Amino acid sequence: MHYTPTPMHIPDGFLNLVVSIFSWLVTIAIVGLAISKTNKSLGERQIPLMGVMAAFIFAAQMINFPVAGGTSGHLLGGALAAIVLGPWAGMLVMTSVIAVQALLFQDGGLLVMGANILNMGLATAAVGYGLYRSVASSPKGVKLAVTGVAAWLSVMTGALLTTLQLWLSGTSQLTVVFPAMMGVHALIGLGEALITVFALGFILQTRPDLLGEGSESAKAGKGWVWAGGLIALFVVLLSPLASADPDGLERVATDAGFIHNGQSAPFSIIPDYTIPFLGETSFSTIAAGVVGVVIVGLVAVLIGRGIKARS
Amino acid sequence: MHFDAFDRYHDHDSLVHRLDPRVKAVVTIVFILSNAVLPDGAWLAFALAWGFVLVSNHLSQLGLGYTFKRSIVALPFALIAITVLFSRVGEPLVAFNLFSSRLVITDVGLLRFVSILIRSWLSVQVAILLVAVTRFPDLIHALEHLRVPAILTTIIAFLYRYLFVLTDEVFRLIRARESRSGAVTGFRSGGSVMWRARVAGSMAGQLFLRSYERSDRIYNAMLSRGYAGHLYTLNPHEMRSRDYFVTAFAIALIFVIQMIGRL
Repeated sequence: MHYTPTPMHIPDGFLNLVVSIFSWLVTIAIVGLAISKTNKSLGERQIPLMGVMAAFIFAAQMINFPVAGGTSGHLLGGALAAIVLGPWAGMLVMTSVIAVQALLFQDGGLLVMGANILNMGLATAAVGYGLYRSVASSPKGVKLAVTGVAAWLSVMTGALLTTLQLWLSGTSQLTVVFPAMMGVHALIGLGEALITVFALGFILQTRPDLLGEGSESAKAGKGWVWAGGLIALFVVLLSPLASADPDGLERVATDAGFIHNGQSAPFSIIPDYTIPFLGETSFSTIAAGVVGVVIVGLVAVLIGRGIKARS
Repeated sequence: MHFDAFDRYHDHDSLVHRLDPRVKAVVTIVFILSNAVLPDGAWLAFALAWGFVLVSNHLSQLGLGYTFKRSIVALPFALIAITVLFSRVGEPLVAFNLFSSRLVITDVGLLRFVSILIRSWLSVQVAILLVAVTRFPDLIHALEHLRVPAILTTIIAFLYRYLFVLTDEVFRLIRARESRSGAVTGFRSGGSVMWRARVAGSMAGQLFLRSYERSDRIYNAMLSRGYAGHLYTLNPHEMRSRDYFVTAFAIALIFVIQMIGRL
């Protein structure tokens, strides 16, 4: 009741097994990191806080404002949660929100929940917080302006990831869905940006202490600026390119051996998502997914080490 | 608002209701997983999987059509898969002109589109059934047993517990906005879109502060009742032999459906 689903929650059946499992593994890795970080920095006091904040995000998604022609602006909340609670806690809060939406309201599937958490919880929080953190010590006006851009980009990042997953699963054609998804979310993102900016402005005015020195939001490392900035840059560079020439992106991906209906590139490590000696069965596909994840995991660990060493 | 306003649980005393929540969660996931790997156009297997859903409905005493009636939620997303109809490989079936472009529906595209919809529709039905026959706190507890980290299950438990409280808060904010916003018929009411967004943003900020301060009071109330970082439950959740048997039987059935789909 009183609950309107947003267009980004992927239901079960729309992603294939490899993409689902791959997304789950990436999500589990990041959420696991978030848990170990928050366990270290948060006291028992923070547990009820995060729980109530998760309910806050859920409830805040019901607040809307009429725009025009029956459409309305909404809040997804990933960027806002990360800014006011700090990135790791924000990610855990968003993960819980998306899990409850899937479990209780069937808004988003269970097997694809990993992908939904990644798109709408983790990526949005990283982009939102990273860009906000880069101007955390600037004057309020700059901070709010960048927050707006960050919130808009966080929605675009989610939409981009969703589109790529649907396409890699063979559920939709990139040529049509890419411009459509990015176009729709460019508008949805405006609503998100406005609400996030005004909500943050309100909080900065009434309780500046919650975001000031020593708060969870101010404590997180500078590495976030890099992480969020890089993802944002990726979205900014890829979106216009792909919108103007989606066939081009498809061709690049085909050449890189990403999609199976094109010819595979000579350098692809895992041709057609299968392990050669296992043949073309779904088990081989799963094995290929696992190998891919191990590689991604290693890269993530190395980057993590690098960031840790520097701070 | 009552505390169970968001609950989808239907109280009955059926075989399925009495099962351990872990069993229901695992079987649901295995069923959805099996759907995801069924090949396109495995009609017999899809039909048998639907039979599985119907029988589960019946055993839960909810009536055969219970999940069917509520499975419409997944439909809007079908729009996104529609492009697959116009897949470039395969025999053309229907062709028509839309605006200036020529669209051709192919047999491969149609097969894939229908298969995606069926998979999604079957999966959403078991997910609906899961929360209809399991109390949500029990489900959270099952997740804990299935090794979901305690911090996540605790946040989810709090989210569930306070969702209706904060929803009430949202309704109060919306009611306040409505009572401030008088309108004369025939005239546009309220300010520009920017102004409206500002009001909504302030509402979200206000809600944040109220939630934040409430969490402080909640924490103090919990401390005074002996909270030391862990939530305890009085429900033991023991797996009995019936639970093991049902799990094995259901998974065997799903496996058979999978095999039939691959013949």
